[in-house]
Amino acid sequence: MTSFEGRAFVYGENVDTDVIIPARHLTSIEADELARHCMEDLDPSFASTVRPGDLVVAGRNFGSGSSREHAPIAIKGAGIACIVAESFARIFFRNAVNVGLPIVECPGVTDGAEPGDVFRVDLDSGSVENATRGLTFEGTPLPPFMRDILDAGGLMPWVARSLKAGDAPVRVGVARDEPPQADWRLD
Amino acid sequence: MTAAGVRPMTVTEKILARAAGLSEVAPGDLIMADVDLAMGNDVTAPVAIARFRELGIENVWDPAKVALVPSHFVPAKDIASAKLGMTMREFARQQGIEHYFELGRGGIEHILLPEQALALPGMVIIGADSHSCTYGAIGAFSTGVGSTDLAAVLATGRIWLRVPESVRFVHEGVPGPWVVGKDVILSVIALVGDDGCSYQAMEHTGPALAHLSMDSRFTLANMAIEAGAKSGIVAPDEVTLAYVRERQRLAGREREFDVFASDPDARYAAEHVVDVGALEPQVSLPSLPSRAEPVSQADRVAVDQVFIGSCTNAKLEDLRMAAHILRGRRADPRVRLMVIPATQEIWRQANREGLLEVFAQAGATVSTPTCGACLGGHMGVLGPGEVCVSTSNRNYVGRMGHREARVYLVNPAVAAATAVMGRLAHPDETGVEPPEESVITGVGASYGEPVGVGAPGDPP
Ligand code: SF4
Repeated sequence: MTSFEGRAFVYGENVDTDVIIPARHLTSIEADELARHCMEDLDPSFASTVRPGDLVVAGRNFGSGSSREHAPIAIKGAGIACIVAESFARIFFRNAVNVGLPIVECPGVTDGAEPGDVFRVDLDSGSVENATRGLTFEGTPLPPFMRDILDAGGLMPWVARSLKAGDAPVRVGVARDEPPQADWRLD
Repeated sequence: MTAAGVRPMTVTEKILARAAGLSEVAPGDLIMADVDLAMGNDVTAPVAIARFRELGIENVWDPAKVALVPSHFVPAKDIASAKLGMTMREFARQQGIEHYFELGRGGIEHILLPEQALALPGMVIIGADSHSCTYGAIGAFSTGVGSTDLAAVLATGRIWLRVPESVRFVHEGVPGPWVVGKDVILSVIALVGDDGCSYQAMEHTGPALAHLSMDSRFTLANMAIEAGAKSGIVAPDEVTLAYVRERQRLAGREREFDVFASDPDARYAAEHVVDVGALEPQVSLPSLPSRAEPVSQADRVAVDQVFIGSCTNAKLEDLRMAAHILRGRRADPRVRLMVIPATQEIWRQANREGLLEVFAQAGATVSTPTCGACLGGHMGVLGPGEVCVSTSNRNYVGRMGHREARVYLVNPAVAAATAVMGRLAHPDETGVEPPEESVITGVGASYGEPVGVGAPGDPP
């Protein structure tokens, strides 16, 4: 899937993983159970109103805080097709791609946005349209390497594929000459 | 030292280049790095174990390089968390993972692994917990990831990383009375913002470091994530080496390690000079760590609970500082005071020094090491509208319990003074003289013998 269209839940800045899925629910690792409590400290109606294919549109620093992968698992489990945010916290960014949840970083995307607006998102180009308000934004597509992981369905299928190819997973990068010497080495 | 023809690099870039088998790396490069130590806790490891099993691989890449630390919901708070513990224990047994730290023999991972000399300078450490950046305090590259990344590391021993830009903080001056690492990092986060160092490595340098003990430096590195950073690092100096050597000796884990330093002409995305000498104790107001201001200027809010604990401020220096104020005093009757030492070893040393008795006599409850109240999991969850002054690292909405509870982040001296006064207080308000620097920030903070570790015994 390279493009999405859906109505959006719109949130502000610094939506941290503690509000996406509070610690009191971290004793579960089941997506369905986590989805039932998704966003409950921020938007108590989220879990009961979300429909498969809906989108999340949010401000700066989405997913900050704890590394709990339960957060993208809960959002994906709730049926959200894609998250567009002005920016993402880095651990959440990795985790979303690793669990196969599409995300696009798109400065300005919350401008004029209201809950329920319909957005169109193109993963390839990173362009995002608020169809309800007739606004378009240029987001940043995922780097090809991360897109490859997303297209594989997440990091585990990607690793399985590389292992099968006998290439335990590819080394990326350039030259492999002398690694830097320690400035001092202690015994 | 820069090898001929190699671009000048920061300490972070050198560690990553070594781990990727490359002569040099630059910010933005995607690399595949060899991992020296991988860590999971009772929240993240069970998910990672499930993902690992999906791969159909039998064994982890190197059981000696894996550490599993139950910390968040221990002692098990309910049946569900007991099952998380069982999953980890069984996996450790089956995989021969020797660095599994059972209840009563462990503690909070970020303080435990350096204490046990498993986290060492120059390593690449990947932890499935956002505060895994803490190990940067000893000069390792260390970052937090999610469970799936950990599963991939368990399978392959490698992780893909984007080489971060480095931001340099030059700490100048001599910290004044009651000022410790916590105050420095809270003021830094207020300076750069909650996402001010997103995707970057925060490198702490400067003459003030000579006055910041290892325990204070762990706090500096610990809260890199609260500025959005990928990692925080202090290149090793004499203070680091004294600590690491002592811990290696006590833990019986003496082995070589690499010490890297930044080249003088290495490039930084930004540089900030911090006048530590001008700093007062700080408080971060609800509900963002970046809302830090001097305690002297903050409203004197009445508090329901004071929490001295977490991977941020429950080390020996922290407990000594709190005890310095609480000795011979009592917590205000309206305040619940909780003290949770970070590790078993710290608990034992605090016991030997009589600190636990000081806390108990002050009316505190003193618990076994656990994350507990820090994440609102158990052991001191807050109710609606309650106010908590905490030495932990996050004051987000709902972090420590109900979403209408309010959390203020402070250093341990401010927390102790607040407990005594029943409201947010500067330590000077208690009339206690500040401690001698050497009493609190004794270099290296070495203490006692290591606790016994080892693979969980075979089931009976
Ligand atoms: S003490 Fe708090 S911040 Fe530290 S690892 Fe535990 S839950 Fe996380």
